[in-house]
Amino acid sequence: MRVYLDHLATTPVLPEVFEAMKPYFTEAFGNPSSLHQHGLRVRDALAEARRRIAALINAESPEEIFFTSCGTEAANLAVKGVAYANQRRGNHLVVSATEHPSVLSSVEFLEKQGFTCTRVGVDAEGWVDPEAVRAALTDQTILVAVHHANHDIGTIQSINEIGRITGERGIAFFVDATTSGGWLPIDVQAMGANLLSLSPHRFYGPKGAGVLYRNRRARLVSVLHGGVQENGRRAGTENVPAIVGSGVAAEAARVELPQRIAHTGRLQRRLWTALRERIPYIQLNGPEPGPRRISTSLNLSTEFIEGEGQLLLCDLNGIAVASGSSCVSKSLKISHVLAAIGLDHALAQGNLILSLGKDNTDTEVDYVVETFAGIVAKLRGMSPMWDEFQRGIIDSVINPTGRGRSFAEHAAAVSGKGAG
Amino acid sequence: MSDTYTLYNQTVMDHFLNPRNMGDLDNADGVGEVGAAACGDIMKISLRVEQGRIQDARFKTFGCGSAIASSSMATELIKGRTVEEALSFTNQEVVNALGGLPPVKIHCSVLAEEAIKAALEDYLKRHPAAAKPPGGP
Repeated sequence: MRVYLDHLATTPVLPEVFEAMKPYFTEAFGNPSSLHQHGLRVRDALAEARRRIAALINAESPEEIFFTSCGTEAANLAVKGVAYANQRRGNHLVVSATEHPSVLSSVEFLEKQGFTCTRVGVDAEGWVDPEAVRAALTDQTILVAVHHANHDIGTIQSINEIGRITGERGIAFFVDATTSGGWLPIDVQAMGANLLSLSPHRFYGPKGAGVLYRNRRARLVSVLHGGVQENGRRAGTENVPAIVGSGVAAEAARVELPQRIAHTGRLQRRLWTALRERIPYIQLNGPEPGPRRISTSLNLSTEFIEGEGQLLLCDLNGIAVASGSSCVSKSLKISHVLAAIGLDHALAQGNLILSLGKDNTDTEVDYVVETFAGIVAKLRGMSPMWDEFQRGIIDSVINPTGRGRSFAEHAAAVSGKGAG
Repeated sequence: MSDTYTLYNQTVMDHFLNPRNMGDLDNADGVGEVGAAACGDIMKISLRVEQGRIQDARFKTFGCGSAIASSSMATELIKGRTVEEALSFTNQEVVNALGGLPPVKIHCSVLAEEAIKAALEDYLKRHPAAAKPPGGP
């Protein structure tokens, strides 16, 4: 059996998305900037895609929708574009510590140019307290950026409250909705968002297109210079097929949203309930399934084993998943989100991220539970930590017995240095 | 497996999926457990030594696929060597025998070398006579 449980990485395009895109590779190949029939035809197609995206997020006008090449570019444009446009007003940015790297790296880039940034911490479930955002604001603050749902641990942020605070102070508010787009209701007006990014390939649209919503209350300068495409905010010939496909995916998401939430939410509970019953010393990172967690994601820590081995064995059994373990990252660092919630290093090492989609089934979930239980048993059989836990040399973090030292103390003793 | 893409080469995948010498040794003559400060992996190697020669080796590893494969291969390589030969064992032998590791995973083979050295040190501490140079008093 093959089970795809990495929908936070990407999704397949819907058949109707693929069909809608096809003509724009061949007979409708025109450049929307051209003034002849070929150009005018695709201009209409872009306008329709803009209307559909605007409808998905309740934007006042399709003119507030800008297409980019991906969600990362949209975040770069939002953060750098607002910072540069407002640098005479102030130089201070406020972001949460668990933003996507496209936001955090943009901020680091700006810091080297004289901007300053406050990174607001999160609680143990990854939640950003709106009052902590308020406390971070100064008279120099020109942008607040907080994601809607966390890409790693699924936490849903109190966006409307943060939007009220930034609105009162007249500070631009950027919401990264690349994880929630197509999976949670989004109303930019109720959120008080001045900017919001979407990644259509995460909700059954194609790769190669990203979306930035921006209303008139946020000044924005271009970061990609050239022609006057996208109302002068994003130079470069539009990726017409991908934009058309994104519009169709947005329309499908708008119509199917309640069913998608209900279906993935039910599977999420089924999967987590069964895993917790079946496997000892496993925990969920981020909020429990429910109103505070996105319905698609489960971020797990299985104790005494490491995440990459879990991922490899899942893959060889047909199950596609992700991991935030240091062994999986090229930098040998655990996910910055797991670090921000203060997760014990041993648990971060055993991390696995499962993300559901609209086409997953009960049968698949049951197969994953059975297979994963076997994988955990196999890897624990190989792990010195599992053996030493049985013998009372080290203790469990998830369910402490009071015997033995902590994994961290043990790791430090055998490596001569602190782990992580 | 021909239509399956793998993160590591076939030898590494084979040692990860079918690890050699996995487990512990009852009444081992030397045991070494080391951790990698870089990533948090932990490796434990147990040795049985008879008449100055490594008769058996076992490993247990908390770590990624290449860490498990490295410890599996290291135990294979070390068996049959004298303690003196084993003391000059290097991680490069593991990398070579595995047909290479991704650059970011070379430290896994270093951990295997360190685990073997730690097990040998433990053996020599418990058997001081074996540490004396041959031909000595």
